[in-house]
Amino acid sequence: MADAMTPTAAHGHPDYLSENKGLWNWLTTVDHKRIGLMYLWSVTAFMIIGGLLALVIRLELLTPRQTIMSAELYNRAFTLHGAIMTFLVIIPAIPAILGNFALPLLLGAKDVAFPRLNLASLYVYWIGAAMAVSTLLLGGVDTGWTFYTPYSTTTGGGVSMMVLAAFVLGFSSIFTGLNFIATTHKLRAPGMGWFQLPLFVWGMYSTAIIQILATPVLGITLLLLVMERVFHIGIFDPQLGGDPVLFQHFFWFYSHPAVYIMILPAMAVMSEVIPTFSKKSIFGYKAIAFSSVAIALLGFLVWAHHMFVAGMSLFAGAIFSFLTFFIAIPSAIKVFNWIATMWRGSIDLKVPMLYAINFLLIFTIGGLTGLFLASLSTDVHLHDTYFVVSHFHYVMAGSNMLALLAGLHYWWPKMYGRMYNNTLATIACTLIFIGFNATFLPQFVMGSRGMPRRYYNYLEQFQTMHVASTIGSWILAAGLFLALATLLASLRKPKDAVPNPWNGRTFEWEAGSPPITHNFEHTPVCIYSPYDYREHPVPIAEEEKSAH
Amino acid sequence: MNWFRDFLLPKSAASNTGDVDGLFMFITWLTVFFFFFNGGLIWYAVRKWRRRSNDDITPHITHDTKLEIIWSVIPLIVVMFIFFWGFRGYVRAWVVPNDALEIVVTGKKWVWEFEYPDGSRSLNDLHVPLNKPVKLVMHSEDVIHSFFVPAFRIKRDVIPGRYTELWFTATEPGVHQVYCTEYCGKGHSDMLARIFADTPEQYEVFLREGDEQVRKMPLKELGKLVYENKGCATCHSIDGTRGQGPSLKAIYGQQITDAAGKSHTIDANYIRESILNPQASVVAGYEPIMPTFQGLLREREILGMIEYIKSLQ
Repeated sequence: MADAMTPTAAHGHPDYLSENKGLWNWLTTVDHKRIGLMYLWSVTAFMIIGGLLALVIRLELLTPRQTIMSAELYNRAFTLHGAIMTFLVIIPAIPAILGNFALPLLLGAKDVAFPRLNLASLYVYWIGAAMAVSTLLLGGVDTGWTFYTPYSTTTGGGVSMMVLAAFVLGFSSIFTGLNFIATTHKLRAPGMGWFQLPLFVWGMYSTAIIQILATPVLGITLLLLVMERVFHIGIFDPQLGGDPVLFQHFFWFYSHPAVYIMILPAMAVMSEVIPTFSKKSIFGYKAIAFSSVAIALLGFLVWAHHMFVAGMSLFAGAIFSFLTFFIAIPSAIKVFNWIATMWRGSIDLKVPMLYAINFLLIFTIGGLTGLFLASLSTDVHLHDTYFVVSHFHYVMAGSNMLALLAGLHYWWPKMYGRMYNNTLATIACTLIFIGFNATFLPQFVMGSRGMPRRYYNYLEQFQTMHVASTIGSWILAAGLFLALATLLASLRKPKDAVPNPWNGRTFEWEAGSPPITHNFEHTPVCIYSPYDYREHPVPIAEEEKSAH
Repeated sequence: MNWFRDFLLPKSAASNTGDVDGLFMFITWLTVFFFFFNGGLIWYAVRKWRRRSNDDITPHITHDTKLEIIWSVIPLIVVMFIFFWGFRGYVRAWVVPNDALEIVVTGKKWVWEFEYPDGSRSLNDLHVPLNKPVKLVMHSEDVIHSFFVPAFRIKRDVIPGRYTELWFTATEPGVHQVYCTEYCGKGHSDMLARIFADTPEQYEVFLREGDEQVRKMPLKELGKLVYENKGCATCHSIDGTRGQGPSLKAIYGQQITDAAGKSHTIDANYIRESILNPQASVVAGYEPIMPTFQGLLREREILGMIEYIKSLQ
């Protein structure tokens, strides 16, 4: 972006990893980079737990009847898998890890706007996580991660605790979102207008809007649920005079926008990785920026498409289906923009780019299969079958995870100052692609053939596809394990990364690898557009003149 | 390409499924096309413009308004087309024909109970006549369930405290699988039912003699089911307490006197008469308020009732 500035590290400040070592210094740090890394390892730990649960679930489904566990245990396993993966992994993953680490760097800032609030969000996350795990000691939770009433108000176990955990975790998410909005408004480098923001920032900003507007609704809903369970106030349970479908409206009013809390950050990563490895300006900057905002806003108007068969009126069904289709447009625009960015570029198939291409393919399948579910008559057939399970794993699990891995491999040299083994990382990426599709493609077919979700026993006609899916889950697990091991192995060697290993144009590549605690020796100044890859980039002022 | 449809979807067995299947296959082909279209573009770009050196010079293209409008408008047209197609199918599946046979469905952990217009009931097996519209009026006794028939492409949640409806016209004879598709706890995956789409002759037999389950049930058990489900229990206790009518406990073989002062021995004929023509000999001291069950009970159910009363010693 501005290579006119002096390179860092020349002044001899130690980098943020070497300065103030020791556990206590890490636990009390307000450095956004350290908080990002602590989020990275916390989320990774829960991803491993959630992933192991997924393997156990897949193993149970190897045979139509009992394989390794009872129905009660199976129900608890898929509930915990869903709750951990949603609230502890996917929602925080990209904003809290990559956003915390990279957003201030991309803006040329020293830190986020409220560093202490940022640390508080991590502690709140840990408290929420501890509460979620403690439900295991309270007899587990068997409601599914969606906590549908009146089942959730009448079943035993640690439902109240799990619901309160999700409530607490919501605050962690709100704190992060609040921080990103304030940081983007107040801490941009001199010369950086809204349209010189790297698109990662636009994506994070849109995500933050959802985080602070939608999460409180989840909080209120979950509190009402706890009040009903503990004090027997009739809100959702018809036995007490409540309305069970009301809960679904409340729940999806948050949880559908939350889907975009999961995918917008993934798209944000793509908009950085693809131009860098195509060595070409992002195509359609404004279209990508505004489509992020459009997705964030439209995301609030489509919640009831989860309820087409829940006894809603015909009219309401039609409205929500109609609005849902509009979400498809900004998503399609983004995909075409990314492909156009690659067009006539200089494409370097380094690991982050491989993950990005992987993302484009998986997201294309995930997005298009959404059309089946947005359309009313086909959704009636597919609702609550494995087709839905597969669809949301493609968009939420697959796309989010691939984007996280793309971003992690992209910024890893910046995080730890070390390069990883490119061959092993490439093999891991390939295994993940094969494993993911082997796991979830058969689930589309069994779903459209009628296999309902959350089934412990199933009819024998579905066994072949379940076996294929289970074998796929082993390949996927092997790929993820190899990716993690490759990254960890790089930490054993001395720091060898140059400040700008991928020839990126954004500010973070001007900082050292790893950066100093305050990121930059001198405040960077935004002179060129963040995606100007010309040999002699044109200063922003002149470019704007020539554009009008 | 019928093989592809038959691979992805269960065999259709109801009217109205053609439209849903058509849309399903349309979106399927659209998905396949765009996956290979996007994948092909990426593959082409990677092959043609793979980096040769870090000094490669690339053109500075920031946007192309015309192209961007094209690739926004085309998807918009496609999805609006899909919306209207799906909406049309949804409306068709919503409007119930007036002459539909009405069946009440009760979902409870973890069984489906069906009640027919003649008052008879069955568990987990639903008999319907072929080629005749059937309307299900559904409600739940506990948590939310969902009634899903893949072969009919229909599904609707079954909710406590309110009624939801579904309708279909079965066009293929045979047995069709029903699943519960709203998670309802431990027995969720065993909450299955079957729909028997009967030919007119089979349906006649069913109406006359009940379904296979009922036909195979020992008489005494059948009698108990009748006692519990047909409202007998409201007035006649089985533990000796006096209700609107006399208790059924240990009455078989006893002598009673009716309102006219005539005495009877309680035997099979007396029970039969009391069910079909209750006013004929009302036990002294009771009001003549029992309705007749003429036409509401099958012959075997009356025999079952007699056996059941015999067993209440």
